Amino acid sequence: MEALVASAVGIMTAAGIFLILRRRTFPVILGLSLITYAVNVFLFATGRLALDAPAVLNKYEEVPYTDPLPQALVLTAIVISFGMTAVIVMIALSAYLSSKDDHIDMTAQDSVDGAGEDA
Amino acid sequence: MNHWIVAPIVLPAILAPFIIMVLRYHLDLQRIFSVAGVVALLGIALTITAQAAGGDILVYELGDWPAPFGIVLVLDRLSAMMVLLTALLALPIVLYAIASGWDDRGKHFHALFHFQLMGVCGAFLTGDAFNLFVFFEVLLIASYGLMTHGGGSVRLKAGVQYVAYNLLGSTLFLFALGTLYAVTGTLNMADLAVRVAEIPPEDTALLRVGAVLLLLVFCIKAAVLPLHFWLPASYANAPLPVAALFAIMTKVGAYSILRVDTLVFGPDVAVTQGLLGDWLQPAALLTLAVGAIGILGSQHIARMTAFCAIASMGTLLIAISLFTETATTAALYYIFHSTLATALMFLVADLVMGRRGGAIAPTAPMAQSGLVSALFFVGAIAMAGMPPLSGFIGKLLVLDAARDALDANAIWAVILIGSFVTIVGLARAGTLIFWKSHDAQHNPAPEVDDDEEAPTLPAPEPNPGLAFTAIFGMVMGLVMLTLFAGPALNYAGKTAEQLFTPENYISAVLGGEE
Repeated sequence: MEALVASAVGIMTAAGIFLILRRRTFPVILGLSLITYAVNVFLFATGRLALDAPAVLNKYEEVPYTDPLPQALVLTAIVISFGMTAVIVMIALSAYLSSKDDHIDMTAQDSVDGAGEDA
Repeated sequence: MNHWIVAPIVLPAILAPFIIMVLRYHLDLQRIFSVAGVVALLGIALTITAQAAGGDILVYELGDWPAPFGIVLVLDRLSAMMVLLTALLALPIVLYAIASGWDDRGKHFHALFHFQLMGVCGAFLTGDAFNLFVFFEVLLIASYGLMTHGGGSVRLKAGVQYVAYNLLGSTLFLFALGTLYAVTGTLNMADLAVRVAEIPPEDTALLRVGAVLLLLVFCIKAAVLPLHFWLPASYANAPLPVAALFAIMTKVGAYSILRVDTLVFGPDVAVTQGLLGDWLQPAALLTLAVGAIGILGSQHIARMTAFCAIASMGTLLIAISLFTETATTAALYYIFHSTLATALMFLVADLVMGRRGGAIAPTAPMAQSGLVSALFFVGAIAMAGMPPLSGFIGKLLVLDAARDALDANAIWAVILIGSFVTIVGLARAGTLIFWKSHDAQHNPAPEVDDDEEAPTLPAPEPNPGLAFTAIFGMVMGLVMLTLFAGPALNYAGKTAEQLFTPENYISAVLGGEE
């Protein structure tokens, strides 16, 4: 199972990095989502992998348990990355609609000279 | 428990939604509440600085959960100083944004501004690594809104880059935290420090990975050289008052480096020894060099100011990477100075851009050219570190602290040559923008076809008086920092001393019977 989880994290990260290096916003955003999935699985695994174990300590006897803290961390991370992805989709969409161009790189004529005028 | 500690976070956290939900259609009321909120924040910051100045480390346990289990806020001299700096910076910027009408060019400026302040103050106060991540996200998500405030296709495109880059940085932060948690089983910074010290040296491979990842994340925020690419495009295309506020965001990165590497991976921890000296120092030197060259090479005043921010981060991180008590004292003084100076330059750049556009080339003269050029001159002196302003004292302290360092020659050479190139670059910009423009008026170039409006161009701000008051307030801040350099250094020295005895911090957080 360790090999499965580790390779899943690795492959998702690799695919995400590959997509982030594309030049259009859509693959970049997909790549960012893949990387956030990878980091969520990774965070989940930082509490060690335990199967069929309760998430709390047992007061009366020594039984295996799952570390509950990474689950709380993952929940926070999921919420934040979800919100952030929504934000970047909105900003990318309005950039695309206002410039009719979804390249993520800025070309020479997009130089800062335009910033003052279009304000 | 002392509830003042949580106030710098709670106040903006309540005020910002109040502005959105109750005052969303009343710009005047928004302005009043926003300024009042910043003034109140300043009052709170002064109060907590007074509390922290005695040298006690105050701990606030959220939900009254004891330290390694619950999240704690920790107020020591460094946190108090940074919160005070945030409030001092925010006041002139909010006044300037109101005076220049920037807050009217899009929606929710004031609400986002306060969310940003909440994130920054929270990042400075928290004593928990994961909570630091959460506050980073709060300040980032507010900064996305502020960065694209006012819209426009160029700004939105720059915004997409900025968000993508920072989203990647956040992911890296999570990887770093996950690694640290996997090794140590805790994310409370004081507890981390204890556990890290206990780990036997042969088991530290993952820990070192975590430490380096964490340093990388903070270097992204602080715009250290190979990771600085996001800064010029983002800052130059953001609304410039917002860019002035962002001057504190790079300092959040510097603060985090300072905090984590004195507390968790402190000077006594063998596994991460040399992390700052071997890796951060060359990067910081390069950052300063690239910043200075960028100042010289920019064709646009906003971009030039963004490179000023990079150059000042270079100087600051050189001081931090020396990692001695004297150098940290210098770094703390320089943080205060460089934040105010960078913000001042951005506001002056906005004045210039509003009057004549931002190109560093002669054009028709602008309104109030004399006053604006005088302010540019003051900002340039502060930025380049010339006497009589505080930049000179700051750089002198950094140089002095570097004297005993291993590669003092390289540091001295880079700082001095970098300052020289900065002076040349700023002088070039000032000459082209202010003096050559007067020449252009006397011998009008044939292609200048806006003669009819050029000489009597009205000031673009609805309220130039308030705008100049705000900027002069910032100049006064720099002057005060120069005049009261003694007390400021005294405080910085005690702060550095506190940072280099992390045992007190650890026992305050973990031993707490508050």
